[in-house]
Amino acid sequence: MALSLEHLDTITSAVNAKEKAFEKIVRVCCGTGCITSGANRVFESLVKAVDSGGLASRILVKKTGCHGLCERGPIVMLGKDEILYQSVGKRDVAADVDLLLKTVTEGKIADALLFKVAGKKEKFVSPLDIPFYKGQKRIVLSMNGVINPEEIDDYIAHGGYRAPFRAFQMSPEEIIDSVTKSGLRGRGGGGFLTGKKWRSARAARGSLKYVLANGDEGDPGAFMDRSLMEGNPHAIIEGMIIGGYAIGSKQGYIYVRDEYPLAVSRLSKAIDQARSYGMLGQNVFGSGFDFDVEIYRGGGAFVCGESTALMSSLEGKSGEPRDKYVHTVEQGLWDKPTNLNNVETWANVPHIVNNGLGWYTSIGTKQSKGTKIFSLVGKVNNTGLIEVPMGITLREIIFELGGGIRGKRQFKAVQTGGPSGGCIPAQYLDMQVDFDSLTSIGSMMGSGGMIVMDERNCMVDVARYFLRFLTEESCGKCTPCREGTRRMYEIVDRICKGEGKIEDLLHLEELGKALQWGAICGLGQSAPNPVLSTIRYFSDEYKAHIIEGRCPAGVCKEITTFSIVEEKCTGCMRCSAECPMGAIVGEKKEPQKIDDLRCITCGICYDVCPFDAIKIG
Amino acid sequence: MEVDKNKLDEIILKYARDKAHLLAIFQDVQKEYRYLPKEAVKHICMRLGMPQVDGFEVATFYKSLSLKPRGKHTIHVCLGTACHLKGGADVLLSFVRELNVKTGETTADGEFTLESVNCLGACALAPLVRVDDKDFGKTSLTKVRNIISEFTDHH
Repeated sequence: MALSLEHLDTITSAVNAKEKAFEKIVRVCCGTGCITSGANRVFESLVKAVDSGGLASRILVKKTGCHGLCERGPIVMLGKDEILYQSVGKRDVAADVDLLLKTVTEGKIADALLFKVAGKKEKFVSPLDIPFYKGQKRIVLSMNGVINPEEIDDYIAHGGYRAPFRAFQMSPEEIIDSVTKSGLRGRGGGGFLTGKKWRSARAARGSLKYVLANGDEGDPGAFMDRSLMEGNPHAIIEGMIIGGYAIGSKQGYIYVRDEYPLAVSRLSKAIDQARSYGMLGQNVFGSGFDFDVEIYRGGGAFVCGESTALMSSLEGKSGEPRDKYVHTVEQGLWDKPTNLNNVETWANVPHIVNNGLGWYTSIGTKQSKGTKIFSLVGKVNNTGLIEVPMGITLREIIFELGGGIRGKRQFKAVQTGGPSGGCIPAQYLDMQVDFDSLTSIGSMMGSGGMIVMDERNCMVDVARYFLRFLTEESCGKCTPCREGTRRMYEIVDRICKGEGKIEDLLHLEELGKALQWGAICGLGQSAPNPVLSTIRYFSDEYKAHIIEGRCPAGVCKEITTFSIVEEKCTGCMRCSAECPMGAIVGEKKEPQKIDDLRCITCGICYDVCPFDAIKIG
Repeated sequence: MEVDKNKLDEIILKYARDKAHLLAIFQDVQKEYRYLPKEAVKHICMRLGMPQVDGFEVATFYKSLSLKPRGKHTIHVCLGTACHLKGGADVLLSFVRELNVKTGETTADGEFTLESVNCLGACALAPLVRVDDKDFGKTSLTKVRNIISEFTDHH
């Protein structure tokens, strides 16, 4: 059965009429984050309570994708942006479900479940007032948290699947032209002009072509793609239909990380539903154009996020990249012309087709149009998923949306771009975030991980962390990456242990250059960035490790000890209660002592002490 | 180890004997046995008409596949960037101490396999631990024992 535009409108009216009949729609976030915090139990208890309370005709309980404020999960939203409840069921599921019902039946807002900024009294009712949401511009994520990702009708009712109809009225060249002029750039990190890639793929010789969606989000500290695939899978499929038509491809593949089981299951459901509605398969929407999509599960290899490695993995081989003197748009998957875009890029496409060029180009900066999704994590107060217009400053993201640094600590750096990016120091906080400015200071946009660090994070340790990651994940095909990352790891590891030499820094820079010049793939070429950027901006910290043999942040275990300053210690026992090793001894109200033999230098005592009585030595 | 060849053939047929689905076939076999037996790799290669070396290349390349038997439960301690900054490595060490195994190994009673993973994508809830299909957010050294006991007491 192929649906027509009228059918879509009928479905929309039916869904709207059904939802209007309810007094209130209650949306329970069931993204991976909230599920971890117990969202499934909240959902089930709520459904049960609604049924047994005879409220089934008044309250509609809906499962949705990620709302973004993952740390405060489970998130429950009442009405359209009316009331946001956070940490629902964290203490007592039954009691909180009761509060939820009372909000609807008695109009009583539950104070205990409202969002408040850490350390402040003010409470927020509507998410639109919460700084975390206020500063966002949600386009790609507009339906995340609103629709049930497992119901295609809900997606259609919110404007879904209209874009292919518009696209089929245009010639493929017109679509490519419009995507090019929109300035949409690859959201996976490279920032290549999407329309230009499509044009090359369309122009490439051969009748069999492929379009691929990259959902192999391997950057540690990033979960934008996961939340999108889980929360709004149809947007990706819709984008791929348009791309397939424009490029002249009949087959698409979505490559998803093995670590994302929920994304795989929701995407699979979405594909089945789209097929049953004739949106995938032969004669899509009765247009005469055939197109289908299949899911392919990855195997837990970071390198498979690289285009040629991903294609090799799709062919059933190990995921090793190859040289790109022949571009994948000419010879990619099974040596056929192949167009690969990140899932977020695909999800942008329907919006551009629906709303037009003028609208899209009005968002963002001159060279970077539209919005970008970031996962804002680390030492900020509000961690989670945000979508912001390009050109917003780092300061706005971290201090307004993110609510600033946690506790009494200071901002030290923000890491973007994962193992291909770098650490950005405070002096660049007012810089606009876009593809080119981040690259100009030695980092990169990457897929959108944004990890905030404070003074308790050691930048040398961060460099070592990424190098360890890279030595594990380097596929081993080319020598500069296989050996280079390993040698760099050994050097930085030595520095962390207090055994470094000052000439190590020069050596690291030299090795870094060798990788930039000599590695085969983009991941190898960018692998030195975490080291080079930390040497560039935090050389003092390297020198403290090398010359003074100390780690100022108190992270590098071999050269760190914690001790208690007797004059400051009140004997409150906070630290001894938290110490996982029972290494802190002493009488109540007397100064405590740390038993060095049992201490594992985890630093928890330092972090919990209210009197600054713990010293890093 | 004896593998059920009929079961393997069923899985191979599900993927239409297509070499391109080798990884998926291996993943399904691993689901069956909790690891990927070498005999299974050999049999699959024979059925797909490909050299064993190509099969073992794939079997050893991907981190999610294991040629070594795994425990009843697999513990994945996340070492993504956010988890690292919030003490994920200490959480891992704590599991090492409590279970008395090294990372990548299985306890003597065959109950737990301890693994580290380079990001599970729930970074806002760092440090994260995944046991089988269940995620534990905002873990700490003191929670490690509770997590282990949740999977030992009832079996």
